[in-house]
Amino acid sequence: MATTTTVGLKSHTVEDKWCKGCGICVAFCPKNVLELENEIVVVKRLEDCIQCGQCELRCPDFAIWLGGK
Amino acid sequence: MTIKLMQGNEACVEGALRAGMKFYAGYPITPSTEIAEISAVELPKIGGKFIQMEDEISSMGATIGASLTGLKSMTATSGPGFSLKQENLGYGIISEVPCVVVNVQRGGPSTGLPTSPAQGDIMQSKWGTHGDHSIIVLYPNSVREIYDITIRSFNLSEKYRTPVILLLDEVIGHMRERIEIPKDAEIEIIDRKKPTCSPEEYKAYEVKEGEIVPDMAAFGSGYRYHVTGLVHSETGFPAGATKAEGLMRRLIDKIEDNTEDICTFEEYMLDDADTAIVAFGCTSRSAKSAIKSLRKDGYKVGMFRPITIWPSPEKQLEKLSKEVKRILVVEMNDGQYYLEVDRIAGKNTKVEKYGRLNGEIIPPDEIISVVKEGYNG
Amino acid sequence: MASTLVKKYFREDTLPHIWCPGCGNGIVTRAIVKAIDSLGLDKDDVCIVSGIGCSSRAPGYLDFNTLHTTHGRALAFATGVKMANPKLNVIVVTGDGDSSAIGGNHLIHACRRNIDITTIVFNNNIYGMTGGQYSPTTPTGDKGTTAPYGNLDANFDLCELTKGAGASYIARGTAYAAKQLEKYIADGIKNKGFSFIEAITACPTYYGRKNKKGSAVDMLQTVKESAVMDKAWDKLTEEQKEGKFKIGKFHDVKKPEYTEQYGKLIESFNKGED
Repeated sequence: MATTTTVGLKSHTVEDKWCKGCGICVAFCPKNVLELENEIVVVKRLEDCIQCGQCELRCPDFAIWLGGK
Repeated sequence: MTIKLMQGNEACVEGALRAGMKFYAGYPITPSTEIAEISAVELPKIGGKFIQMEDEISSMGATIGASLTGLKSMTATSGPGFSLKQENLGYGIISEVPCVVVNVQRGGPSTGLPTSPAQGDIMQSKWGTHGDHSIIVLYPNSVREIYDITIRSFNLSEKYRTPVILLLDEVIGHMRERIEIPKDAEIEIIDRKKPTCSPEEYKAYEVKEGEIVPDMAAFGSGYRYHVTGLVHSETGFPAGATKAEGLMRRLIDKIEDNTEDICTFEEYMLDDADTAIVAFGCTSRSAKSAIKSLRKDGYKVGMFRPITIWPSPEKQLEKLSKEVKRILVVEMNDGQYYLEVDRIAGKNTKVEKYGRLNGEIIPPDEIISVVKEGYNG
Repeated sequence: MASTLVKKYFREDTLPHIWCPGCGNGIVTRAIVKAIDSLGLDKDDVCIVSGIGCSSRAPGYLDFNTLHTTHGRALAFATGVKMANPKLNVIVVTGDGDSSAIGGNHLIHACRRNIDITTIVFNNNIYGMTGGQYSPTTPTGDKGTTAPYGNLDANFDLCELTKGAGASYIARGTAYAAKQLEKYIADGIKNKGFSFIEAITACPTYYGRKNKKGSAVDMLQTVKESAVMDKAWDKLTEEQKEGKFKIGKFHDVKKPEYTEQYGKLIESFNKGED
């Protein structure tokens, strides 16, 4: 299921059916916005997100992206 | 009607062009090279494409790629190259890509006898690629017939969406004969059926009610689809074991269920015969000459000549087995087609083989003495 | 649910893909799609061809004309496709083993012809699909299931190889620097000729485990730290180069393209020249 997190004008979506929990997005997020929970990425601190898109750029599973559904 | 003096390999290209060939990929190999050379001369003149690839494997690959992109395509080779083409030939079978593969046979195995004739690829043409499959293999015996049968090879490949093998003998490929080029009205050209539905509705491997094969869209024509050598569903996407039986059955049956249409043959002086020779290609010409001579001496000998050797003309061979006391399979190998004839006819009549492996055609005299031995023995 | 990019260019119902967690193939595949998107190509005019191996599964997920062929032969099939319809943007997706071992002959000859095909090699230094055997790009000394005591072979520099063979555009990027990779791929597609883009990626499951390279994250971090832009590379001492590799656009020249030349030949007959 896809989950969209929104704070103000910022939003972030994770498709957990596709996330394989590799942790690449978590590791390379410059603002430490993301975490793994039960091997699925969750958007923890969207308020810190600078919308750089590094997570989307390197997600091997196309499971995380900027914006809504 | 135009009358020409033509070499067998040349007639093959002329027939291919008449059938609508627009792409040829090949690699030089004796004794098929003239087919590449003449294609290289002629194709650009009509807006077609010729490419000499880096090897036999890529020639087969490019041939399939071009056919998928909408061009009638052909490649030609001989024994060693035919061996190399086998994997991609199987790809053409499972992904149902029409194309014509000519094998001008030579002595083998390996480099063998590069400039001498042999009929040693009978079983390879049927079973050369791995895995279960059916295949269409045609085998003409004259320059004129090479012209006609090359057209027919294209037609069958388009109609059944499958690679068709055209087996030629070196001696006919390199022989020059007078041929009459038929008028347009005398020739039927078959083109693959393209989809008429919208791209959204198109399922690349779905066979519609009343059809034999799926409609085929060319790459770049607006129908985006996936082609794979993996077992796939009617959508074309990999599907695993659950779809394997159905797909394999369909691929085999589209050929085996249509032998009436696919199989052609010649029956020569069989009406009252008690002995039948089964022969194809150049060997059938020796056999015909032998029969003429034997008939003069009162021997009731005739010939059954399969022009489609695979699928084998099972019905006709079975009928023949009930009508004659002896079938002699004469071929320039150690008895390859004999195995198939014996399988079909062996329960009803005596089936024997006669062959040779020395790179020389079997002369009529030899056939005459082998036939006579049967009467004496 | 999917991003706009995925919705537009992927066959969404084929996802998730078969690649292992942390495999770089997905990153490179996305970079290809982004490159196509940046050029605004019509999906009907793109044909993606692959061989066999992990990377070669990519076309199946993508909504273009897609052709998944036999091992090593993608370029052979692609040559037929491009010859038959030169208007198609033909892109070959292949792996290090697929392109440079079993398909090595086709690679050098496609370069030599300078046929307008863009080839992207997903170089993960291993045969992944068959479970971790050493490939022509496995570094000497590294382990594979068939190199249990360390690989004795010297490895290919694919960019040098394709340069020697005659490709007109050559670049090497990484799955880490995916934006740069997108740019190289887009430039490769724009180049009228044979373009070769080597994408250094990581196989955490086989190469990583066998060679104790750590997690997918560790491996991507290593890729990041080992990649040196070509200008900086030239200033490094041999000692500093140890364990590192150079990235960048290495070659970009204009030369006659194969299908264009063939088109001219056809044209000469139309004009009645001989």
